Amino acid sequence: MALDQSFVGRTYPPTAPYEVGREKIREFAEAIGDANSAYTDQEAAKALGHPDVIAPPTFVFAITFKAAGQVIEDPQLGLDYSRVVHGDQKFAYTRPVRAGDRLSVTSTIEAIKSLAGNDILDIRGEVHDETGEHVVTAWTKLVSRAPEEA
Amino acid sequence: MTAKIAYDEVEVGTELPAQSFPVTRATLVQYAGASGDFNPIHWNEKFAREVGLPDVIAHGMFTMAEAIRVVTDWTGDPAAVVEYGVRFTKPVVVPNDDEGAVIEVSAKVAAKLDDQQVRVDLVATSAGQKVLGMSRAVVKLA
Repeated sequence: MALDQSFVGRTYPPTAPYEVGREKIREFAEAIGDANSAYTDQEAAKALGHPDVIAPPTFVFAITFKAAGQVIEDPQLGLDYSRVVHGDQKFAYTRPVRAGDRLSVTSTIEAIKSLAGNDILDIRGEVHDETGEHVVTAWTKLVSRAPEEA
Repeated sequence: MTAKIAYDEVEVGTELPAQSFPVTRATLVQYAGASGDFNPIHWNEKFAREVGLPDVIAHGMFTMAEAIRVVTDWTGDPAAVVEYGVRFTKPVVVPNDDEGAVIEVSAKVAAKLDDQQVRVDLVATSAGQKVLGMSRAVVKLA
């Protein structure tokens, strides 16, 4: 069943702040095998003009995707998450995420489309720090595949 | 922001150094822990096959994270990345052996933009198949 178009444009309340930890960034950088010292060495990050270590570009997805859970799990929207695959992902950065950031995400449903029985959901997550400064916008496209029987 | 590549030194067509990124089941378990994405399609073969996949597959976000390393290694400062987007076209299938899979990434400057920015187009393949589509980054150079 196609998702309700009236949800397009709906914005969910900002999430409680996520505090970005230096060791969490290190753990993520190690998991992707990236030895860039800007992720682990405060002095190296400072030499590049950053106040503290920064996170790899895709690190913030863990925060925005968790926030998108408000949308995905909204019982009124009725998305069948067991059939969902990640279609597209895009980020636009005002500045990198860095250790010590307290980040809140405001999620908005940008588009709902139905294509060949698949539901396609575009969610935009606006990420701000605790001073209200914009850090990054994340666009996530989720595709809920049509059941085979349909 | 202090990219080590100067805008004036690159042209449309300038190639970034290509890289290969190995991925094994151990890599995926480590990435699951670090990212918080514990979907069993990324570590449980039985589950992956039950939902119609050929085998365990890498997280799309893992592939996206590896691909941009070609850009961040080139610029030096990861903060040079202004925009980055991909389409997940094919899964990276990761067999349960010592070798796992390899993600091959190449990239080149596709357009010179205003404000010392360039668009870099990335190509990521695994086992001869393109795994990311429309993979593009906008990067601010020195």
